Amino acid sequence: MKALAASLYASAALLAITPALAADQADQIIRGQYQAVLGDCAGCHTRPGGKPLAGGLPLETPFGALVPPNITPDHETGIGNWSEIDFRNMMKTGVGHDGVRLYPAMPYPAYTRMTEQDISDLWAYLTTVEPVSNKVEVNQLPFPLNIRLSMWGWNLLNFTEASFEADPSKSAEWNRGAYIVQGAGHCGTCHTPKSFLGADQDSSFLQGASLQGWFAPDITNNAQSGLGRWSQEDVVAYLKAGVNAHSIASGPMAEAIENSTSKMTDPDLKAVAVYLKSLGSDTGNAQAPKPDAARMVAGEAIYHDNCSACHGGDGAGAGALFPTLAGNSIVAQGNPETLARVVLAGSQAVHTAGAPTTPSMPSLAWRLKDQEIADVLTYVRGSWGNSAPAVSSEDIAAVRKELVP
Amino acid sequence: MTTILPRKDVVIVGLGWTGSILAHELTDQGLDVLAIERGPWRDTATDFNIGYAQDELRYSVRRDLFLQPAVETLTMRNDTSQTALPMRDFGSFLPGNGVGGAGVHWNGHTWRFWDSDFQIKTNLTKRYGAARIADLQVEDWGVTGTEMEPYYDQFEYLAGISGKAGNIKGQIQEGGNPFEDPRSRDYPNPPMEMTYAPTLFANAGRSMGLHPFPTPSANMSRTYVNPLGITMGQCTYCGFCERFGCANYSKSSAQTTILPVLMKKANFEVRTDSEVLHVDLAAGGKSARGVTYVDTSGQEFFQPADLVLLCAYGLHNARLMMLSGIGKIYDPVTGEGTVGRNYCYQTNAGVQVFFDDKNFNPFIAAGALGQTIDDYNGDAFDHGGLDFVGGAGINCIPTNGRPIGTRPTLPGTPKWGSAWKKATVAGYKSTLGFSSQGSSYATRTNYLDLDPTYKDRFGRPLMRMTFDFPDNDIRMSNYLCDRMEEIAKTLGGKQYNVGRRKKGWDSVPYQSTHNTGGAIMGTDPKKSAVNSFLQSWDVPNVFVIGASAFPQNAGKNPTGTVGALAYRAADAIRNQYLRNPGAPLVQA
Repeated sequence: MKALAASLYASAALLAITPALAADQADQIIRGQYQAVLGDCAGCHTRPGGKPLAGGLPLETPFGALVPPNITPDHETGIGNWSEIDFRNMMKTGVGHDGVRLYPAMPYPAYTRMTEQDISDLWAYLTTVEPVSNKVEVNQLPFPLNIRLSMWGWNLLNFTEASFEADPSKSAEWNRGAYIVQGAGHCGTCHTPKSFLGADQDSSFLQGASLQGWFAPDITNNAQSGLGRWSQEDVVAYLKAGVNAHSIASGPMAEAIENSTSKMTDPDLKAVAVYLKSLGSDTGNAQAPKPDAARMVAGEAIYHDNCSACHGGDGAGAGALFPTLAGNSIVAQGNPETLARVVLAGSQAVHTAGAPTTPSMPSLAWRLKDQEIADVLTYVRGSWGNSAPAVSSEDIAAVRKELVP
Repeated sequence: MTTILPRKDVVIVGLGWTGSILAHELTDQGLDVLAIERGPWRDTATDFNIGYAQDELRYSVRRDLFLQPAVETLTMRNDTSQTALPMRDFGSFLPGNGVGGAGVHWNGHTWRFWDSDFQIKTNLTKRYGAARIADLQVEDWGVTGTEMEPYYDQFEYLAGISGKAGNIKGQIQEGGNPFEDPRSRDYPNPPMEMTYAPTLFANAGRSMGLHPFPTPSANMSRTYVNPLGITMGQCTYCGFCERFGCANYSKSSAQTTILPVLMKKANFEVRTDSEVLHVDLAAGGKSARGVTYVDTSGQEFFQPADLVLLCAYGLHNARLMMLSGIGKIYDPVTGEGTVGRNYCYQTNAGVQVFFDDKNFNPFIAAGALGQTIDDYNGDAFDHGGLDFVGGAGINCIPTNGRPIGTRPTLPGTPKWGSAWKKATVAGYKSTLGFSSQGSSYATRTNYLDLDPTYKDRFGRPLMRMTFDFPDNDIRMSNYLCDRMEEIAKTLGGKQYNVGRRKKGWDSVPYQSTHNTGGAIMGTDPKKSAVNSFLQSWDVPNVFVIGASAFPQNAGKNPTGTVGALAYRAADAIRNQYLRNPGAPLVQA
């Protein structure tokens, strides 16, 4: 049946299209467009301000730079010469047209769980995108990684083609959430720690990971570092608007929200929330050791001079404008990388229909020394019910070095 | 060599309050809108960074955010017998520059003018006879207070004004301004927490039978989400409003109320650091083809557009009209011409009261945090037995206690040295100031035109300002000073000092950036440059938005009325003009 639909579609361009067929085809394209939202194709494949899907900004991986290619149907520079089978194989196995082996920066280890129907729909949509001539030099990795065949070995070690396995003991909603998170949504690509080969460590699924200078936080139900203190509605609000009572999205998650989650249906967002809230154990009682009292005093003084005007004397913040620091999940991560980055470089909040303000945290790199930032973050991480570990000036120095090489 | 660019539906000159309002409204209408802004892009986190936004030396003394005279200045003189000379440093008024315009660095006093202000000539003639205003050139605006009400409401809700209504649908409200016109609903936010000095001032006024009320403020009394969905933060009372951008998203401006939404629209674009040289007219001069602008590299561009909106500072709107040949320049000898006519200002005076036993903590402040008494404003009081028309709001609004600028001393104190230092220590905490913000009424001889001698860096004539305080306004200001003196006496204190307004306007000391008129609205094309929708009588696909449209200035800050007029113009363009583009909305 699927094959029939595909062949009907493939020939539709050549034949006179009957109204019924056109309607089916339109439905499939609309479904495929939604798959592109779930998969956040634009997040990587569209350059800011650029033509849709005509190639993106370089991804800085620990192994070198990769540039997301042009996936418009342009014959010369896009995927116009691909067949649907090529596309299906690429999504399922990481091997594309002409046997080209993709790097797993393309999250085929997640997309492999997508159903044949969803991949077919996505393909139908991609063939309708405006073809753009834009040649992208994808591979900017150093030797020997620049040899794509090396991915044969990587796949052997790290990858198995798979389908999503529903858990019959769980609700349909939970299974839908699991399917989105593990499949098209590819949440683990950022939020799951990686092995030294860059593969997901499945035992730490969604427990937080560092990439591209940001720490993608724990999104399991852990009460200290994860979503344990978030209600299901909090998770939905965050994914839909980018803002809830605990956090305001910025950085790479802001892009994911703008391009992807804010456009998901409400039932899908709820399903994602149900699934995430079911993950991991609620191990929120582990308290970090009390930080040094002198550093807390120093940090408090720095906080009141530099932070309290917006975030409040009590860290309560102000609605959708200034994030609360009490119980904030970025503050609570064991790894302070994002926190350090935000203080040093500043950061702008997500823009969504529900949260259009886009307030910015200013850069304070010019104003505060590494030790001062370490002290103030130690104070914030140890106040108002927060109990994340102290931050050292070396932690800050490392991030500062990344920002100003 | 001029590069010709692709056509736009609308080109807007200047992206401040009015440009942003018009751009938002017209992009909502589906039009393709381009704004051309002379100054730089300005953004809260980068340009008003919390770490240096309160740099008094940089922003207040060195005036970092303002227009620099090398970019554009004007020449000034007090009367036509004098030769005007260029203002080589801005002093008496400080025009803005860059995205957000002067709305970035204002204090935030947000007033409504009254029906008696809009229908001033009719009202004064009826009440006191034509002879009373024979020396003045006051004109009706062509709108009524009732017509303006919904647009004031729209602006106040956009900007999240903190205040207390005095009159809701005819019902006088306890604690508000009983003299205001009826409003359809209360302010979107409650008044700010009151500091000590305005509290004492209000108590004194109340004991004298006057009617003090909290000044309507564009500094947020609480976190506010405006109708566009944009969130503003509660004011921290840091006292760095006027001359500063707000680091806390607490002061209304284009940046904090419109731009986050506007900038994301696919049918909006802004080109910054680009100065419009003139509006290009079609042969015959009856319609505009677009504008010519130059970027910082000196490259010249022609931007074709169907509709041109002049949304620059009022003075610059008037000059652009003169340089573009839109309308005829006013001649005070013949009384003919409309562009440059009815230039007005603000007639202010101030009082200081010195105490020994009080600590006002003046550093806890905000730009519009205070109390106002309107008993002697506009036509709220009977001028029957008086020798002037007009009035002033009496404001106790201690906007700041900044360390360089706040040095009140007793009269007679030396201007420097150890005695001065000692006096400033004593005076800083214990001095209460209040002032009259007086109306400024038009005369035949206060006007704007092009200077015959001095040119700007592109070789275009500078605008010439001929202005002095009219005798009527000086009499008004003296009357207000007498009333303020009564309040000063009631307040007690060991000594007070009244700074009266004198004739001979001096362009050096700062007074007010409330320059109005020059392209005034009205019902008679012989006496006004634009109709009551701010559409040019002469070139109907040009609208001129701003305080340039005020036929005269009331005893109030102009921004609320500027915002309301912008919304009214936007409404007229959306719902009337676009049905028949290029046609006049009012038949001359």
